[in-house]
Amino acid sequence: MTLIRTQINRRSFMKLSAAAGGGMMLGFSWLASCSSPKEQYAQIPEEWFDINAYIKIGENGTVTIYSPNPEIGQNVKTSMPVIVAEELDIDWKNVIVEQADLNTIKYNRQLAGGSQSIRHGWQSLRMAGATGRRMMMEAAAKQWEVPVSELTTSLGEVIHAASDRKIGYGALASLAATLEIPAEVETKDNADFKLIGGNIKNVDAKKIVTGKPLFGLDYEQEGMLTAMIVHPPAFGMKIKSYDDSEAKAMPGIKDVIVINTEPKEKQWSDTNAFTELIAVVGESTWQVMKAKKALKVEWEQDTPAENTEDHLRLLSEALDKPGEEIRKDGDPDKASIKAAKVVESVFSAPFLAHNTMEPMNFFANVTADKAELVGPVQTPEYLRLSAMDLLGMTEDQVSIQMTRMGGGFGRRLYGNFGLEAAAISQKMQAPIKLVYTREDDMTQGTYRPAYRVAYKASLDDNGNLLSWQAKGAGIPSDPLFPHRFPAGTVDNFKIERVGIPTNISTGAWRAPRSNFIAGAEQSFMDEVAEAAGKDPIEFRLNLFDRAIKDPVGETNDYDPERYAGVLKLVREKSNWGTEMPGVFRGVSAYYCHNSYVAQVVDLEKVGNALKIKKVWCAVDCGIVVNVEGALNQIQGGIIDGIGHAMYSTLTFKDGKPQQENFNGYKLIRNSEAPLEIETFFVENGIDPTGLGEPSLPPISAALANALYKATGQRYYHQPFSSAEQVQVEMVG
Amino acid sequence: MAAFSIKVNGKTHQVDVDSDTPVLWVLRDHLKLVGTKFGCGIASCGACTIHADGNAIRSCSLPVSAVKDMELTTIEGLSKDGDHPVQEAWLEHDVPQCGYCQAGQIMNAAAFLEKNSNPSDEEISQAMNGNICRCGTYIRINQAIKTAASKMS
Repeated sequence: MTLIRTQINRRSFMKLSAAAGGGMMLGFSWLASCSSPKEQYAQIPEEWFDINAYIKIGENGTVTIYSPNPEIGQNVKTSMPVIVAEELDIDWKNVIVEQADLNTIKYNRQLAGGSQSIRHGWQSLRMAGATGRRMMMEAAAKQWEVPVSELTTSLGEVIHAASDRKIGYGALASLAATLEIPAEVETKDNADFKLIGGNIKNVDAKKIVTGKPLFGLDYEQEGMLTAMIVHPPAFGMKIKSYDDSEAKAMPGIKDVIVINTEPKEKQWSDTNAFTELIAVVGESTWQVMKAKKALKVEWEQDTPAENTEDHLRLLSEALDKPGEEIRKDGDPDKASIKAAKVVESVFSAPFLAHNTMEPMNFFANVTADKAELVGPVQTPEYLRLSAMDLLGMTEDQVSIQMTRMGGGFGRRLYGNFGLEAAAISQKMQAPIKLVYTREDDMTQGTYRPAYRVAYKASLDDNGNLLSWQAKGAGIPSDPLFPHRFPAGTVDNFKIERVGIPTNISTGAWRAPRSNFIAGAEQSFMDEVAEAAGKDPIEFRLNLFDRAIKDPVGETNDYDPERYAGVLKLVREKSNWGTEMPGVFRGVSAYYCHNSYVAQVVDLEKVGNALKIKKVWCAVDCGIVVNVEGALNQIQGGIIDGIGHAMYSTLTFKDGKPQQENFNGYKLIRNSEAPLEIETFFVENGIDPTGLGEPSLPPISAALANALYKATGQRYYHQPFSSAEQVQVEMVG
Repeated sequence: MAAFSIKVNGKTHQVDVDSDTPVLWVLRDHLKLVGTKFGCGIASCGACTIHADGNAIRSCSLPVSAVKDMELTTIEGLSKDGDHPVQEAWLEHDVPQCGYCQAGQIMNAAAFLEKNSNPSDEEISQAMNGNICRCGTYIRINQAIKTAASKMS
């Protein structure tokens, strides 16, 4: 057991929140609990008793656990409540999970991003459960007039062994709810975990497979209208004039309006390029879709139109000039002059759309004194700030309810669609649901930036790494992390960056920057190891050895032992080094979002084509909260990473995205996925870190390195299936 | 606008809509059967898959006027208690991540297994190629179809 002093945390929260201007540091409704009169619970004839912000317990022992964070498919709606249930010590069968609404008083960091929900939630979720358990014990102690120290719990019951008595949490809930928050609570030792580390199935799975309304697009309110937006066809354009006479006369159409969502004060999440939009509002989706097509709009150029051709040239030119130096150790230029071998390569990747399967949408009901917003958003807190700004309302006037999301991948960090819904509702004075078509979704995105990076490394006569340098450019910003591997493993090291401005809106896309740079770095590492005449895993392990024994610099942001650990694990499990006729292998490892991943890809020849037979994956994310969910995330990240490295691209002509729907934008399909993915976890008992992103970044290099073995050709430019590169036929 | 009579999940419904309204929007907007999802609107992603006389079809591209006496089945009507072998296999393999595409995947898989109760791995992945899963649950989808096939045959 670990003793946690809740009082200290409570005080520190109060102090911190005052200093930070109202931010909540601890995820508890301390204030609400403390200020509630004790009689309140007895007076309200409710079946449920609120224990804290995360837990309410019914008289029959059923427990509702509120999942605080947005659910985008990363399965936190299951795994966060599992942590609470573990410490509350209850039977999972008796748990109902509910999605919490946005509430910054009760919860902290209600955000889906950076694979941080579990890492940040770990302590507060455990404390929520442990506090609830302690209050059950105190309630039983009061009722039985025995000391709390004589009590234990098991599966939702308090037990007094000395008198052979048991009582369920349900029978204690009404009394427990009146108790003060305990000053100290005990959390379990890892060895005593019953739920954590097991397999708990997705709590929404039954609803998903039976088609129950769960998603934003499924949300409905009485009298609700449907709205769609018309945005400029190209980045750099704006509305000049429009003729809505035909559209307005169509059946079911209520109005055609112009909205402007330009914020007075921009949040980081306000990235959208198009703030002035035309909205068509009507009774049903199809009617609005048809009216949208009947609208005649004249657009005018506002800022210069951009083209993919120009982007490629600008990226290439950017790497010919010196960049901004963001880390330098030793003198890599000098070192490479004296080197026995110099290796140089350039890698690139295009813009990508997020393409969540559920297109952007949001419900809004804005009246004179309040705004009710419901829908899929990864950053409800920031959407509320932007909505307050747009509507001129205060925090208590704007409510946000989070629906399950049909994918996020970073797109729903940027809640412009929520603001658009609010603006439309305000103007229409009606509840509306804004729905994007797929074309709206793909052509009005907040895209993954386009990147290009040039690497240069040098080796001595014995194949030891003398220098490593990378110069990266991006539209609008570079993909590099100056303190990540191989920083710290080599005396002469340099990172330079160049940003190229654009009028195309860009933002985080699953594992931002890492989603490209991991693949580039780990492919280049493979080339360098080959030039050194060394096994690629051995070559990396030697570098980690240096970082363990005698690291260069003090700002390296990874743990070389854990990094080496996943490589060793994948080497062992995949029998790396064993010749397998007809199988071509590539390896890669990366650290991001606080977790370590190493992967081996096995490609197999099927006739003249290649098939990804198997991906071996070793992961160090500390404690695995829910194994089934973790495996699902890892498999998904790998397939997502393979798909985008192989097939996907978004290009521009005269500012206009050239791919508008899934017939032009290729996403990986069933038959192109690996046949098998086998994952191995490092067991080290360290507090858990995220899994929504870390399996994606390294896979493009493991694939590229395996493709090299199979074809003799290095794959430098994504998508690997592009016409410019030596074509390899993949089974699909 | 015109009146159409369509049979969905064994029940006949009267709807007053434009004749070119896709069945997807009739289901979602008018019959409030929102289990069938909108993904692309051009029959490219499979999210809107339903059954028409037992065949898997894309409801986003089937106008209501073409339905006539077809018997339509949606995810809500695939089984009475959500216990179709494909649905059960989906739960057993914990397939969904975000879950948005899964109704379409399940409907496609269920129709496929009615025609091929003992499919090979390759037949499964080819049959499922029209259904995009952006989360990448393909391996589990295929495993679940195997499990369902073993129970159905």
